Amino acid sequence: MTLRLTNTAKTYPDGTRALLPTELYVDQGEIVSLLGPSGCGKTTLLRIIAGLETPDAGSEIWFGSDNVTSLPVERRKVGMVFQFFALFPNMSVRGNIGYGLKMQKLPKSEIDARVTEVLDMCQLQEFSGRAVDALSGGQRQRVALARAIAPRPRLLLLDEPLSALDAALREELRDELAVLLREFDITAIFVTHDQDEAMAIADRVAVMSNGQVVQSGTPEDLYRNPKSAFVAGFVGNAMRFDGTCEGTKLKLAGGTLTLPGDGSGQDVFVRAEDVQIEADGPLTGRVETVTFLGTHYRIGISGITTDVLASTYVGQNAPRAGETVTAEIKPEMLMLLPKGAAGE
Amino acid sequence: MSKRNFVLACLTPLLVFSVAFLALPLVRLFLASGEGDAGWAVYLDILRKPRYINTLVLTVLVSLATTFAALVVSTTAGMFLLRNQFRGRGILLSVLTLPLAFPGVVIGFLIILLGGRQGLVNQLTPGHVVFAYSVVGLFLGYLYFSIPRVLLTVMAAAEKLDPALEEAARTMGASPFRVVMDVIIPGLMPALIASGAIAFATAMGAFGTAFTLATDIDVIPMVIYTEFTLSANIAIAAALSIVLGLVTWVLLLIARTFSGTTVAAGG
Amino acid sequence: MFRSKTKVLQLAVTLLACAFLLVPTILSVMAGLTVNYFKGISSGLTLKWVYQVWELYSESIFLSIWLALACLIVTLIIGLPAAYGLARHPGWLSRMLEEFISLPLAVPGLALALALLQLYGTLKGFRASWTFILVGHVLYTLPFMVRSILAVLAAMDLKTLEEGAATLGASPWQRFRDIVVPNAMPGILAGALTVVTLSLGEFNLTWMLHTPYLKTLPVGLADSYASMRLEIASAYTLIFFIIIVPLLMAMQWASARAQRIAK
Repeated sequence: MTLRLTNTAKTYPDGTRALLPTELYVDQGEIVSLLGPSGCGKTTLLRIIAGLETPDAGSEIWFGSDNVTSLPVERRKVGMVFQFFALFPNMSVRGNIGYGLKMQKLPKSEIDARVTEVLDMCQLQEFSGRAVDALSGGQRQRVALARAIAPRPRLLLLDEPLSALDAALREELRDELAVLLREFDITAIFVTHDQDEAMAIADRVAVMSNGQVVQSGTPEDLYRNPKSAFVAGFVGNAMRFDGTCEGTKLKLAGGTLTLPGDGSGQDVFVRAEDVQIEADGPLTGRVETVTFLGTHYRIGISGITTDVLASTYVGQNAPRAGETVTAEIKPEMLMLLPKGAAGE
Repeated sequence: MSKRNFVLACLTPLLVFSVAFLALPLVRLFLASGEGDAGWAVYLDILRKPRYINTLVLTVLVSLATTFAALVVSTTAGMFLLRNQFRGRGILLSVLTLPLAFPGVVIGFLIILLGGRQGLVNQLTPGHVVFAYSVVGLFLGYLYFSIPRVLLTVMAAAEKLDPALEEAARTMGASPFRVVMDVIIPGLMPALIASGAIAFATAMGAFGTAFTLATDIDVIPMVIYTEFTLSANIAIAAALSIVLGLVTWVLLLIARTFSGTTVAAGG
Repeated sequence: MFRSKTKVLQLAVTLLACAFLLVPTILSVMAGLTVNYFKGISSGLTLKWVYQVWELYSESIFLSIWLALACLIVTLIIGLPAAYGLARHPGWLSRMLEEFISLPLAVPGLALALALLQLYGTLKGFRASWTFILVGHVLYTLPFMVRSILAVLAAMDLKTLEEGAATLGASPWQRFRDIVVPNAMPGILAGALTVVTLSLGEFNLTWMLHTPYLKTLPVGLADSYASMRLEIASAYTLIFFIIIVPLLMAMQWASARAQRIAK
């Protein structure tokens, strides 16, 4: 099923505009992530799609060729995975997964067969008779997913599905979720504030800020071609230089950089992995911090721009704090974005 | 039916019931209090006529005595049961809390068995000691009623006291007495105020106990009862009920703001 | 173990309090079972008084049981949806409503009974029927039912659980039936036991509302205290204890359980 939102907005009674008029299109089988900091409106948007929030007048939500704008949530046939899972404590794992099928008034034998099938898919067979409070966090997450998927919804919605788990488990389940969602072959939207999660799972990421979608594209596209300072900063932690542009030159406190194009009226950004500590580099600064991160070091250098500039260092002989180093940045790795771009 | 309408529909039976059988009757009671010969001056009469003033004073005094005694007894017993593990502790706790739902009339009868003409004390002592139908009997009845309530409130609060505070005071050289004064009592203060208010309010309004014991003692509930049934003086009965209700309600409101809960009142 | 003086003193107060509460109860049980209480146990044990009470008052006892069950049903019908409504709509209006229906906990039963009599006393058919007493009992026990359920509901994330059920296709009524009621069960159980226990022992309202033809158990008790010999009054009290004490223990167990769940 395809999903299309036109002019969809949400204003709370107190006047707070949680979501500015938004257009969104999701193709059949596409997995889209809504990515943004807390309070950006991503969960509101998801809940409007689910039918858990009523959008402002004039909003339109289309599921394929059905206008579902005024359809109550229980008749929209969506599956939803909640942040803290919302498993029913009064039902077993099987009872939870079968609940949506029971609501569709399917015969008992068919419910049993479908639940067993989903239990297999999510590798939950051995837990089927357990009470939900006897499950670990990861198991609960899978039950929540199985419960949402069992009634074969038209659309699967996931609200921060991994954030209730601890960090180690989160990474493991992230990859598992990406595989499962593709196995289900279902149109899915999931909300997250974690860029790694968004990129690992989604076909397409819609970055949101202050109640609107500021940029939408494949993870690679967003990473390489951010259209605003906000996206550059939020996706891949780009750092902004504080300097003055003269044509294709950027004058900084610690040296001069060559830009890939005319920099007037533009802000210049770079990512840590593109800042290379090299002998004879054009930039000179002082090492403030050296953080060992296993596969690489993260070096904080002061004196190049106003803020400390981070650089990724791979190798054995990392510089020490207090040393003076020189660094180089290839012009094609610098990102030029309009000054004061929207979304800040 | 939308979610909002469903939730409103859920509240409708409660609204209908409480308007029909609580709000309207209370309004009627209030109006009735002004329909006597004295009009609305009936409320002034309560404060002017010696019979009512004496009743008010006596009721307040007995209630105060009950509150004080219940606080002392229940706090001591409650802290003791909480801080000591010994065989039979559970039984003592049950004995102290089970009378929670004994109606006031039954408690009145139990006091008669203690201090009535055929009571235990009169049988055991050489003289003629009958106290059940005096203010002492009434006080004991109210105390019987209040001990379980105060005990439960105080114990619930004491369970939440951090034992590390006591230990800290001890390491700084405080004697057990000073620990009680400086750590335990201040920590329990909200619960003591709350349960004190509960004990006071229930004693003020207790009808069942007074009905069995206070045939010759003028406490407010008995005066309301006799004014209503014997003298058919509905206005004064209604006015006294309103005043009594307001006082107990305010007291229990205070209790709730201090402790967050109230143990069953009534009696 | 009880070495220090303070401990001994505390123990003494505790034991004294226990004796104060327990001794008269034992006296009443004994008095109800002895042939002649004034002469003491030596006069022999008997069930004669209990039989007499049964002959005199069995109707009151059955009326009370009937009232308690009717009261339970009414408080459930009104209280369960109301607790749900209050839990789903927390706000100052709900707080006010909860505070208002809790008035009968604070205002003495005598005053409430007077109020009911003032407004409905002239409706003879209603005034003379058992439903009039039932109204009083519901008025007094309803806040216990509502609060008991509300405490359990307020402790769980009811809104999200319901949203979960809604996305799976459950209508408001189905959500109430499948999610709200089963999860509120500990609160319902505690509330139900409280309602039955309190209704069986309710005297203050009932004494004012009853008619000579409709005497409940506690009204009968007061009657026997005033006009019967001590042995009969005691035997009647004994019967009351036999009914009420197991209920009380069950109620305390259920309330403690509900409170644990609410935390």
